[in-house]
Amino acid sequence: MELALTDEQRMIQTSAERFLTQVASSSAVRTAMASERGYDAETWTRMAQELYWPALAIPEVYGGLGLGFVEVCLLQEQLGRRLLPSPFFATCSLATPALLLSRNEPLKERWLPLIAAGEIRASLAFTSAPRWDDSGVQVYAQSHSGGYRLNGEYRYVIDGADCDLLIIATRTPGSVGEAGIRLFAISADTPGIQRHWQPTLDQTRRLATLTLTDVVVYDEQLLSEPGQGWPMLRDVLHIACIGLAAEQTGGAQQSLDITLSYISQREQFGRRIASFQAIKHRCADLMLAIECARSASYYAACIADECLNIDGDPSARQQLGEAGATAKIFASEGFFQCAAESIQLHGGVGFTWEYDPHLYFKRARASEQMLGTPAFHREQLARQIFGERT
Amino acid sequence: MNIDFSAADEQFRQQVAQWMHQHLTGEFAALRFRGGPGDEDFSPELRKLWEQQLAQGRWIGAGWAAEHGGRGLSINQQVIFFEEYARAGGPGRMGHIGEGLVGPTIAAFGTREQQLRFLPPILAGQHFWCQGYSEPGAGSDLANIKTRANLDDPSGHWLISGQKVWTSLAHESDWCFVLARTEPGSVGHRGLSFLLVEMDQPGIRVQPIRQLTGTSEFNEVFFDQARASADNLIGQPGDGWKIAMALLGFERGVSTLGQQMQFQNELDEVVRIAKTNGAAQDPVLRQRIAQAWSGLRVLRYNSLRMLSGVQDGSLRPEATIYKLAWSTWHVELGKLAMDVLGPEAELLAGAPYELTRLQALFLFTRADTIYGGSNEIQRNIIAERALGMPREAR
Repeated sequence: MELALTDEQRMIQTSAERFLTQVASSSAVRTAMASERGYDAETWTRMAQELYWPALAIPEVYGGLGLGFVEVCLLQEQLGRRLLPSPFFATCSLATPALLLSRNEPLKERWLPLIAAGEIRASLAFTSAPRWDDSGVQVYAQSHSGGYRLNGEYRYVIDGADCDLLIIATRTPGSVGEAGIRLFAISADTPGIQRHWQPTLDQTRRLATLTLTDVVVYDEQLLSEPGQGWPMLRDVLHIACIGLAAEQTGGAQQSLDITLSYISQREQFGRRIASFQAIKHRCADLMLAIECARSASYYAACIADECLNIDGDPSARQQLGEAGATAKIFASEGFFQCAAESIQLHGGVGFTWEYDPHLYFKRARASEQMLGTPAFHREQLARQIFGERT
Repeated sequence: MNIDFSAADEQFRQQVAQWMHQHLTGEFAALRFRGGPGDEDFSPELRKLWEQQLAQGRWIGAGWAAEHGGRGLSINQQVIFFEEYARAGGPGRMGHIGEGLVGPTIAAFGTREQQLRFLPPILAGQHFWCQGYSEPGAGSDLANIKTRANLDDPSGHWLISGQKVWTSLAHESDWCFVLARTEPGSVGHRGLSFLLVEMDQPGIRVQPIRQLTGTSEFNEVFFDQARASADNLIGQPGDGWKIAMALLGFERGVSTLGQQMQFQNELDEVVRIAKTNGAAQDPVLRQRIAQAWSGLRVLRYNSLRMLSGVQDGSLRPEATIYKLAWSTWHVELGKLAMDVLGPEAELLAGAPYELTRLQALFLFTRADTIYGGSNEIQRNIIAERALGMPREAR
């Protein structure tokens, strides 16, 4: 038991911090978010092909570096601090875990080496409704001569308009709830998929709507085993929540840091406003929220790591829901609190487009919603606490 | 980072669980889950015997170094001990102040002679200690200590006069450590000394404080020319503040995990009641129960982080959040317990003012955000020490 970074992990964290300080200044972030793709392709290429970030958690047999999800979370935290738009979250916290949990070896051998090599970007599309559980899966897969014919629409697909690989969830016609769900890994340019980018309140992360019209997929593209679609999707979503929580923790930390820096210089009534106790106490509360989010996200990252590792502790799977929900709750509320307070403590300039607090505030709002609100995750936990669902 | 306990640690866990199972029986069975915060005056004599039982199992000071008579258990093993102790319903520790606070302080700052004199009776469960810090005029402003001690040359004793307040279990204690002003005319944190004072003497009077719970865990302690031998001063005269602050650092150690296991026991009771009385179907209460549940997990993860990579007891800046985190969580649990009970929460266990366990929790948790540094003081500490913000005028 050691809930502290190893020397190697600290090195990964420091080098990521250094790299992002160079490439992800406020103006770089603003340029990227206003660009056509929504991110800077050159920076992504450096992350993917020089720093090997997407390869980190992929086992060596698939061309990866054989580290784990803890390392992914360290990068997510640093990316969150800078709000750098990039396909990292969708590729490494959504799609890669889905592939890693699959037992379809040929499919893993086809896609994982491409991700590890930084050659492709991937995402996960699963919900057709403003819901993040099994009831949202409403793209139907009709059996069709050796394969399936898919029809429906995916919403809120992160970086979905501009990726190469899609992990998708489908439902057998007539099925409801957790039954009848399958996961496939398909090329994003499969005929019949129309992809639309949708302008978003938070401009640092792109969302897409995908419309599927008679898209044909085959058994070979099935990631999930019979009857295991929902448990697999559920675990993938928990793991993604953990990656997101790490990112949110980073955003919360940076919201506080830029605020501290501002209030240490700003003077009113002849003194630095950081010296007012009314402000100090609020900053103390923000640090409390951040450290709670960080503890929850570190612990959850360890659990996710065990779940994704073939040699991991099998009992970790039972803790995944609780750890993921806890991390998502605390990181969501912590980030929103820090970002909202950042605007308030900046005063008037906090309300301008020029200063950065609004970027964090909008990202905090979007991330709080993404993959389930705190209230949603508390309800999931309540079911577990009261033994209403195993 | 990893969250696994080693096979050896898991085996140790079995040992502790088994020891508790074998020893918390017979006359001691009455102590299970008793004597915690809000219930500290429960059966003190029997709990002192229980401390001696623990001593025989060499569980007191098990984390202390061998040179001080401890077992030198690793941090992980200490964590496991406190968790299994609380899981088995081990009673609130009468010896906590000796084992957790003054013992480590004497080990760190005392002379070898002082260590040999004071540490063995703590380890044996024979000496019980109380803490003489707060005074009527020195609460949050702890440095405003008025209690004074003068060295009486003919007798070679320190003569102590003044008043301490909020002294837990003073009436059950053999010894008290006292922060007193030994340099006449000094102010603030200068000129204070850390003295060890025997309680059973004519110069000391203990008067219980009746709290809003109706019970009296806390006391006022009056010193009127009370005596302490010259060699009962820890460190040098004038070192008192430094030693007093170091002692408070020991408080945030491994025992936090055991405290959280007690919190889990309380939360389990709230969940059990919610399931039987229908509160579990109330969407708002479900949210609050889940929030409490996940909040307790986070307290645990905070502690595990605090303890990781720490061998010398020194804590990183993030450890400053610990008191604010748990007290805020616990005070909300007390309120939640009442809201889950609904109108039943009003009905006492008996006249004239006998509280149920959850009523005691509700009322007593109001102290959690005050004692040991109020939440306002904690926020000052976080802002100034961890965030480097300007200090308050002092």
